[in-house]
Amino acid sequence: MELVLSLAIGVLAGSGIWLLLRPRTFQVIIGLSMISYAVNLFIFSMGRVILGVPPVINPESADPNLYADPLPQALVLTAIVIAFATTALFLVILLAARGFSGTDHVDGREAQR
Amino acid sequence: MTALMQHLPILPVVIPLMFGALMLIVRDSNRRGRLALGFISIVGQLAVAVTLLALSAGYIPNEWPDGVGVYLLGDWPAPFGIVAVVDRLSTVMLVLTAILGLTTWIYSTARWDRAGVHFHVLFQFLLMGLNGAFLTGDLFNLFVFFEVLLAASYGLAMHGSGRARVSAGLHYVAVNLVASFLLLIAMAMIYGVTGSLNMADLAARAGELGGPDRRLFEAGAAILGIAFLIKAAAWPLNFWLPATYANACAPVAAVFMIMTKVGVYAMLRIGSLLLPTGAPAAFGGEWMFPLGIATLAFGIVGLIAAPQPERQASYCAIMSSGTLFAALGMPGVTLTGPALFYLVTSVLALGAFFLLLEMIERTQAFGADLLAVSLEAFDLEDPEAPNASDDVVGVAIPAAMAFLGLSFIACALLIAGLPPMSGFVAKFTLLSAALQTAEGAPGVGTWLLVGFVLMSGLACIIALGRTGIRLFWSVDDTVTPRLRLSEAGPVSLLIMTTIAMTIWAGPVMRHLDATADYLGTPSQYINAVLTQNPARNVSEGVQR
Repeated sequence: MELVLSLAIGVLAGSGIWLLLRPRTFQVIIGLSMISYAVNLFIFSMGRVILGVPPVINPESADPNLYADPLPQALVLTAIVIAFATTALFLVILLAARGFSGTDHVDGREAQR
Repeated sequence: MTALMQHLPILPVVIPLMFGALMLIVRDSNRRGRLALGFISIVGQLAVAVTLLALSAGYIPNEWPDGVGVYLLGDWPAPFGIVAVVDRLSTVMLVLTAILGLTTWIYSTARWDRAGVHFHVLFQFLLMGLNGAFLTGDLFNLFVFFEVLLAASYGLAMHGSGRARVSAGLHYVAVNLVASFLLLIAMAMIYGVTGSLNMADLAARAGELGGPDRRLFEAGAAILGIAFLIKAAAWPLNFWLPATYANACAPVAAVFMIMTKVGVYAMLRIGSLLLPTGAPAAFGGEWMFPLGIATLAFGIVGLIAAPQPERQASYCAIMSSGTLFAALGMPGVTLTGPALFYLVTSVLALGAFFLLLEMIERTQAFGADLLAVSLEAFDLEDPEAPNASDDVVGVAIPAAMAFLGLSFIACALLIAGLPPMSGFVAKFTLLSAALQTAEGAPGVGTWLLVGFVLMSGLACIIALGRTGIRLFWSVDDTVTPRLRLSEAGPVSLLIMTTIAMTIWAGPVMRHLDATADYLGTPSQYINAVLTQNPARNVSEGVQR
């Protein structure tokens, strides 16, 4: 389980960074989204990987071993919302830049060949 | 009245949030309504910030332990609930934000706020994010407020639109999104190791970590440091800054001056809390000083090379970050007090400088400054006399050129750190404190700091002197601009503030030295946060 999770985070982050360094704005935005997925999974995994237990504490038994950590889940929720909103904003800027410069290169002009 | 006093610490966040939201209801065509709301909001924030400053410094009698006011949101005790913490450091930053916010906002009402939609709303949210970042007591809310201020800044940086702005904005947003992801990774790592995000709790727990946990914590702290260094524009993470700031419209660039200082604030805050248990490398550890020196060197080279006045001002901002990092990270000496004085001075001076540059540029024909450089470089004659018309109506200030010239000289003196302005006081106290090291003769680090800070001053004189000559003297026919009171007023207000800081340098310095002493003993902060009791009885609240 840990191996799968860490592999997934690694692959997402690695592909995200690769795409982020590419010259096209569309590649950059996909890269940013992938990094945000990797980061969200990472935050989630920092609350320890436990299967099939609730994060809501039942007042009758307060043994922390029986519960998943609710805080990373709350953090992930916030992080998802913020990353989603900023990515949407980035998309708008990307389109505006495309409209102004007529190219989808991140520098606003094609590289000299 | 007591209820108001009790909720005072959260007002710097609530006021701009409320007024920003209210402005959305007011129709865009109702400009007077929006202006009134904005004015009330910013003046209210200034009043609250000054009151909090007086409270935290003990000028107003209060019950806060050691001048640390802790506000429990949701009334849960500290490590579990969210806290807002008011102390000497955060109130200094709040007052600085309010002064800069008020002046740049007044300036923007003259013309720039009409260059796009929702300027005033975004401006309020920017202030909310700034105030929140200074007040928050836990790492996650620091991230949230960073995002609030960044989201507003994305809109403001591209206010007025145009190809250059959008292109610079694209890079700015991409860099800051990556920085935010780094911040999240670091925060998650620190939470995974310590099980807490509350800064006071973290400071208490970090010392108890050992072995692999400590190493993980150090790694998390290093990533956190990188995220803050990107915001604070430390070399080599600052290539986004000159293009973004130089292309943003004047009042926005001026208010952005405080944004790089948010990164410095976060480094200082977390560094001071972690210091007693061994600071991680980026926070006051061995990396901060060389980074500061490298940033200064980069700023010097950039400043000398920059052709546009706005770009020069951006490099001045980088230099001020570099000076702060070098001073705060100086090994073996505590320069926090003078560094804070320098921070306040440089924010006010650079804010005024950005506003001023835009007014000066109106005296030039379009593109004259760039043209002048290429004419100089290629030794050509001026091809044709510029023919610019000025259709701005308003109250004409007599001797507008004299005002612009004098203000330019004042700003240049402030930024370069020459007497008689407060920039000199800042740099002088900084260097004299660095030279009065506790043990024997000053070391290599001290001479590096002295050398680079003086070099940066020299670079400022050369670059700004050249710009001044080009803008004021070597232009054949300048257009005397018609300045409005709402444009000239803010600039003079900012410069007057620095003059006041020079005249009352003693009291201001004493206050900031006391702030530095307070930062040197973080147990006051930690105790105040962790022992704050909820207003109501918790056991009562849990009963159903």
